[in-house]
Amino acid sequence: MSASLAIEAPELTHLQRLEAESIHIMREVAAEFRNPVMLYSIGKDSSVMLHLAKKAFYPSPPPFPLLHVDTTWKFREMIAFRDQAAKDARMDLIVHTNQEGVKQGVTPFTHGASVYTNIMKTDALKEALTKYGFDAAFGGARRDEEKSRAKERIFSFRTENHGWDPKNQRPELWNVYNARVRKGESIRAFPLSNWTELDIWQYILKESIPIVPLYLAAKRPVVHRDGQLIMVDDDRMPLNEGEKPEMRLVRFRTLGCYPLTAAMESPAASLPEIVHEMLIARTSERSGRLIDHDEAGSMEKKKREGYF
Amino acid sequence: MDNFDPAAFAEYLSRQERKDLLRFLTCGSVDDGKSTLIGRLLYDTKLLFEDQLATLQKDSTKHGTVGEDIDFALLVDGLEAEREQGITIDVAYRFFATEKRKFIVADTPGHEQYTRNMATGASNADLAIILIDARKGVLTQTRRHSYIASLLGIRNVVLAINKIDLVDYSKDVFETILADYNSFSSDLAFETIQPIPMSARFGDNVTQRGDKLTWYDGPTLLEHLETVDVRSDQIERPLRFPVQWVNRPNLDFRGYSGTVASGTVSVGEELVVAASGRTSTVKSIVTYDGEKESAIAGEAVTVTLADEIDISRGDLLCDASQRPEVADQFSAHLIWMHDEPLVPGRSYQFKIGTKSVSGSVTDIKYNVDVNTFQHLAAKKVGLNEVSVVNLSFREPIAFDPYVDNPATGGFIVIDRLSNLTVGAGMIDFALRRAANIHWQAVDLDKQRRGEALGQRPAVIWLTGLSGAGKSTVSNLVEKRLFSMGKHTYLLDGDNVRHGLNRDLGFTEADRVENIRRVAETARLFVDAGLIVLCSFISPFRSERRMARDILDPGEFVEVFVDTPLHVAEKRDPKGLYKKARLGQIKNFTGIDSPYERPENPEITLAGATTSPEVLADQVVEYLRENGYI
Repeated sequence: MSASLAIEAPELTHLQRLEAESIHIMREVAAEFRNPVMLYSIGKDSSVMLHLAKKAFYPSPPPFPLLHVDTTWKFREMIAFRDQAAKDARMDLIVHTNQEGVKQGVTPFTHGASVYTNIMKTDALKEALTKYGFDAAFGGARRDEEKSRAKERIFSFRTENHGWDPKNQRPELWNVYNARVRKGESIRAFPLSNWTELDIWQYILKESIPIVPLYLAAKRPVVHRDGQLIMVDDDRMPLNEGEKPEMRLVRFRTLGCYPLTAAMESPAASLPEIVHEMLIARTSERSGRLIDHDEAGSMEKKKREGYF
Repeated sequence: MDNFDPAAFAEYLSRQERKDLLRFLTCGSVDDGKSTLIGRLLYDTKLLFEDQLATLQKDSTKHGTVGEDIDFALLVDGLEAEREQGITIDVAYRFFATEKRKFIVADTPGHEQYTRNMATGASNADLAIILIDARKGVLTQTRRHSYIASLLGIRNVVLAINKIDLVDYSKDVFETILADYNSFSSDLAFETIQPIPMSARFGDNVTQRGDKLTWYDGPTLLEHLETVDVRSDQIERPLRFPVQWVNRPNLDFRGYSGTVASGTVSVGEELVVAASGRTSTVKSIVTYDGEKESAIAGEAVTVTLADEIDISRGDLLCDASQRPEVADQFSAHLIWMHDEPLVPGRSYQFKIGTKSVSGSVTDIKYNVDVNTFQHLAAKKVGLNEVSVVNLSFREPIAFDPYVDNPATGGFIVIDRLSNLTVGAGMIDFALRRAANIHWQAVDLDKQRRGEALGQRPAVIWLTGLSGAGKSTVSNLVEKRLFSMGKHTYLLDGDNVRHGLNRDLGFTEADRVENIRRVAETARLFVDAGLIVLCSFISPFRSERRMARDILDPGEFVEVFVDTPLHVAEKRDPKGLYKKARLGQIKNFTGIDSPYERPENPEITLAGATTSPEVLADQVVEYLRENGYI
């Protein structure tokens, strides 16, 4: 064994290292926590995270359920994809909606992006975590996405109220994670912390991971609004005066609630074309998410309040 | 969009695949320009998106500190609080790539109180860039950060002498600082030190050569980062496989999931479970992508063995011919990371690899002055201090010295009450037990003894009528505490009267003396750190008060086993009531001598109506809630 090593020391590639690191993180969580859950948002990062979870525990199925916080405004294609993905992974799927918000008629149009997000995503998430008593929740966030994410730990501690205190984070050394929480407290675990957007796409290509077709260019009905292209996914979307949906060749860089997710014009209808297009892209990913635009530091504010 | 060329794209992807990864950290003092340097690297390697640039320009006007120019530091200083203070307060990770390599940068703070974050960044870095402000030269922080980088095992350093534009690009200044740095860094364990004069703000020698630095003929920062050899030694080291998770999908499959920490694991190889010494051979290496013949350091796999042996999370599977040491006492370097200083003797939780174990620091040998690297006598280790200590764990663990294998020699320290990570350490070597019987750097007292035993010493005093159930309950409580790993002793009316107090009768004076001796004996046991259960009728308030007063406040827990006389008399386990009724025993409590009910007992137990098991639970629960256990 050591003789052959001396001749040619094999090295892991960048993606192999990232994959192994993510698997290590997932296993730590599964081994140390009583009741973990995986937040599943149906986007490309969630798809990669779910794929890694299958790898981490194979031949067992991942020993935790999936949780989707459904705002009722997701793209229709996302919901169909979600149900299939959970089934394929042999995992339980919990779908949670803030019923109080629905009752009060909270929509992106009536209450504005940030109130809506707070009630239908942040509050709904906290509600679900409390209801099921989860003590650890996996999220697919990456450090390259946004400035406050760049500082977050891989095991990120949350108080009983699901709050994050960026100034009081636990030091995190090597790959040794502090998993101790008291009753009611929890951690958010981010196995994709060290992946970049390009890594995600390359990995999807390499592993042939299924993704929602919205990522690929197709003719879709969109309207121009505040300088961005918004897809009219169903007839609940109120049109402003003079707005008329037109069919444009578009795709999405991120997926969320359709009224809050801007499309980009693109002819990239295959995965390799998307990755190729990304390489010359000059707009960062989250700019397609309207909720971050209110003000600089808005993500950090939301995270302190419990947003993922 | 450019025309899409599938062949060229495939070629691009395979080039990407072959890139390796360099993780580095930037450190230095406040205002040396770390964040500016990283911002400059991202900007010059074209990793900034247009909208990020637009936000940056907007932010620069609002928060910037460089006037009209773009303030690159705002890119990396992510958190709002930092922007307002103009300093970096935590570790931020940044990503960029060139044609040759991918990079992950940890930007770590310069303020002294945030040194713990630097150690955090260094623990996963292959290389450290140490920034020095050319106007200021080597500072306390420069030495401190160099020392921590070295301590955490970083072997390659770039000495970035920044803001060279502010000293007129002076070669003399550069050389003076370099000589100053070399004079102390020779004591550190760096393999390479690459000095580079630069101006992060103007970009000289970051990615492009500075035209005002013609006297410098070394590499630019990026050239150096792209080419420096930082291959990990982990593959060449002996096999270490910490078991993370036992994989049991059904009765026919039992696998051990984990990441190979060092070396290579191969099918057919003989492995040993380090702590137990049991051996077996590798039957298969299972992954989602199929079985493998071998797996190298860094790979996350699942191993099955030929034999059914007892293995659980935290066990270390090793090459049977190159075993790690197994010990429970160590000498280690410790970096303290919390405001509240390290308390020798206090029980902390230690996590090393996937193994968690409780233990304590038995001795602070010395603290290290990070400016002079001298050894200082110390009684405590405060925030950001580095110390060499003796450790004692509650059970033996398998380990390697940190310098031989960081994956099996590094640990974190967790406070058991707050659950915070309060320190990190690196094992230097195991202590033989005989070498470590000198616990003495600190004076021992009952608090330290109690801490070492993981409990707060106290007397649990059960009082009540004969036959109330005191002994039954105290026996159950003691068993429960024992099974929780607590250290106890039980003093019972009968057992002391056969020995210690056999000269005493039942007169009032003798009764008082009986209780006094028992209380004094209990006090000695409390001083030894034990939880002492005392089961005595002790009918008089004044006696119980005396016992309480002999002990320190909070050490006396009075438990009133409240069983009515008719119930106790009916039980009459020793036939004593019968004899008392017949006048054969004089001064019998409840018959011809009074029982004074406690006025404010810590616990009252309903001895007539509740089972002894439940009563014992109530006592244990009280001890837990009040921090005795």
